[in-house]
Amino acid sequence: MDQTTLNFIFVGASFALYFGIAIWARAGSTSEFYAAGRGVNPVINGMATAADWMSAASFISMAGLIAFVGYTNSSFLMGWTGGYVLMAMLLAPYLRKFGKFTVPEFIGDRYYSTTARVVAVICLIVISVTYVIGQMTGAGVAFSRFLEVDATTGLFIASATVFVYAVLGGMKGITYTQVAQYCVLIVAYTIPAVFISLQLTGNPIPGLGLFSTHAGTGEPLLVTLNGLLDDLGFNSYTTSTNPWLMALFTLSLMIGTAGLPHVIIRFFTVPKVADARWSAGWALVFIALLYLTAPAVGAMARLNIMTTMWPEGVQGEAVQQEDLPDWFQTWAVTGLLAVEDKNGDGRIQYYNEGSADMQALAAERGWQGNELVTFNRDILVLANPEIAQLPGWVIALIAAGGLAAALSTAAGLLLAISSAISHDLIKSTLNPGISEKGELLAARISMAGAIALATYLGLNPPGFAAQTVALAFGLAAASLFPALMMGIFSKRINSAGATWGMLAGLIVTCLYLFTYLGWFFIPGTNMLENTASNYLFGIPPTHFGPIGAAVNFLVAYLVSNATEEPPQEIQDLVESVRIPRGAGAATGH
Amino acid sequence: MADKSSANAYWAANKRIITISLVIWFFCSFGFGIILRPLIAGIGVGGTDLGFWFAQQGSILVFILLIFNYARYMNSLDREHGVDEQ
Repeated sequence: MDQTTLNFIFVGASFALYFGIAIWARAGSTSEFYAAGRGVNPVINGMATAADWMSAASFISMAGLIAFVGYTNSSFLMGWTGGYVLMAMLLAPYLRKFGKFTVPEFIGDRYYSTTARVVAVICLIVISVTYVIGQMTGAGVAFSRFLEVDATTGLFIASATVFVYAVLGGMKGITYTQVAQYCVLIVAYTIPAVFISLQLTGNPIPGLGLFSTHAGTGEPLLVTLNGLLDDLGFNSYTTSTNPWLMALFTLSLMIGTAGLPHVIIRFFTVPKVADARWSAGWALVFIALLYLTAPAVGAMARLNIMTTMWPEGVQGEAVQQEDLPDWFQTWAVTGLLAVEDKNGDGRIQYYNEGSADMQALAAERGWQGNELVTFNRDILVLANPEIAQLPGWVIALIAAGGLAAALSTAAGLLLAISSAISHDLIKSTLNPGISEKGELLAARISMAGAIALATYLGLNPPGFAAQTVALAFGLAAASLFPALMMGIFSKRINSAGATWGMLAGLIVTCLYLFTYLGWFFIPGTNMLENTASNYLFGIPPTHFGPIGAAVNFLVAYLVSNATEEPPQEIQDLVESVRIPRGAGAATGH
Repeated sequence: MADKSSANAYWAANKRIITISLVIWFFCSFGFGIILRPLIAGIGVGGTDLGFWFAQQGSILVFILLIFNYARYMNSLDREHGVDEQ
């Protein structure tokens, strides 16, 4: 059986499973559509949250980000998990107690202001739409690489699949498909990693293999890796560069994670406040299964690439071009990988041509530049089974896993967008008299609209798609997180304070990003060049989240103290979200 | 909720465990994993130092323990103060 047929069988089987779940878990009420009827077991919700959270970026890109930078990119590992500690202690239990359906709804009620609610809706939509573009294009790429359909067809298949289970089942359908998707993606991620770890270190657990002895050299794996990197002129894998910037970036990812609405709403689906607390712990356990493996995958794949390119060691001759493994050919077709025999010796020399020592060595040995000219970081996880020479079904599993990661996150984001439109804009602002059935229909129509928009943007990705990811995290950190946290932990913050705080955080963050990345990310309109010497206190735009959050906190505090304190019933509301008793009763409107 | 002072004691206890948890959260990620890494550089782990382990794995394991500990503590505190859901 050829590889494409095998891929079709695995992907087809996983999609059939998702459809089956969609038909079984249809939503019959708004409570089921928005919050899965609040009957989800906390462990199951933890698993669904893990799939909701782990996107194409976690599954496909993260190991590559760590592999090619090393220690400094541990920020992603700590940042994308540490946010759950903030969410579990500062937000999730109280928002579950509040017992409504959306994040803007809490902000609107707590700050007794439609303006605050609309500002929150705008932040939510910008954050979620940005994210969903990445998921849709990721799914399109996975389809085109593994199923040999073109990316456009792939994108339509992905959209149609999400349409079936998200429009039919709402949060209920999404929850149970996410559980299935988690199982698919974690198995797909773990199996190749276990084989590679066994090959390199003899240890079947990749997370332990990372700190074990390398079978070939008898030295620790990381020492072997550092030795090869040093021989080829690359930076050491384990040394720090700028700890303060690394800390700031980690904090930015943590606060951003805690403020992401599509993750927060997952905690509205469990029956009790106590369950919301457990569920956050379980979510992190399931996330950690991938996140503890990812750094091992990164380090081992980097090592494998170097030994592939230098089969006799760096002192010997480089690999013959005709001896390159088959996966070089498969990936060269996609343009994500390219070699060029610059000095015409029939061998491919891979080294850091920017290093002065290497330039001297290159002159001595007759090399004319690095010949592995393109190596896209995203290949790493997708090509992992091929690099480790694993059987075809493992490759098919990776295809199904990558699609599961992209689709599960896309569905969660689409639900956050559609509930903000049907519940926060239509039900509460434009047409308060709408019936339960009418609202359910509106929710389904908004969902269909959101999918159409995501598909359109996936087909025509705006040139600024990559930059806007920084915007999504920056906005979540600077707008939603502080407003939610202050709404619970302070009784003094009032309507004016919160609204001005969110606007200040939002505007300062946008201005900082636009200054370096261009107005509304249009290339060429940036006021300052995007280089380290221009940054305010050396802070890159991607690291700005915590500063935006601090501005939000400060403005909210000052404005609130200069104006009247919130009315008594709002102070009573804050008292009531702080204790769990009575959560079951508050599910209505 | 029994009375005002019990409510205040409950909230104060919640804030105390959050503060303690976040101090540990900070030291295991930003501290040992990043800024204080040179201080514990002498302790070797599998070919590198303890700070590298904290940055790539240790911090995540500590985060999990912190959340489960918080859930366990708060769920029993709820019962003690009679504010749990029946």
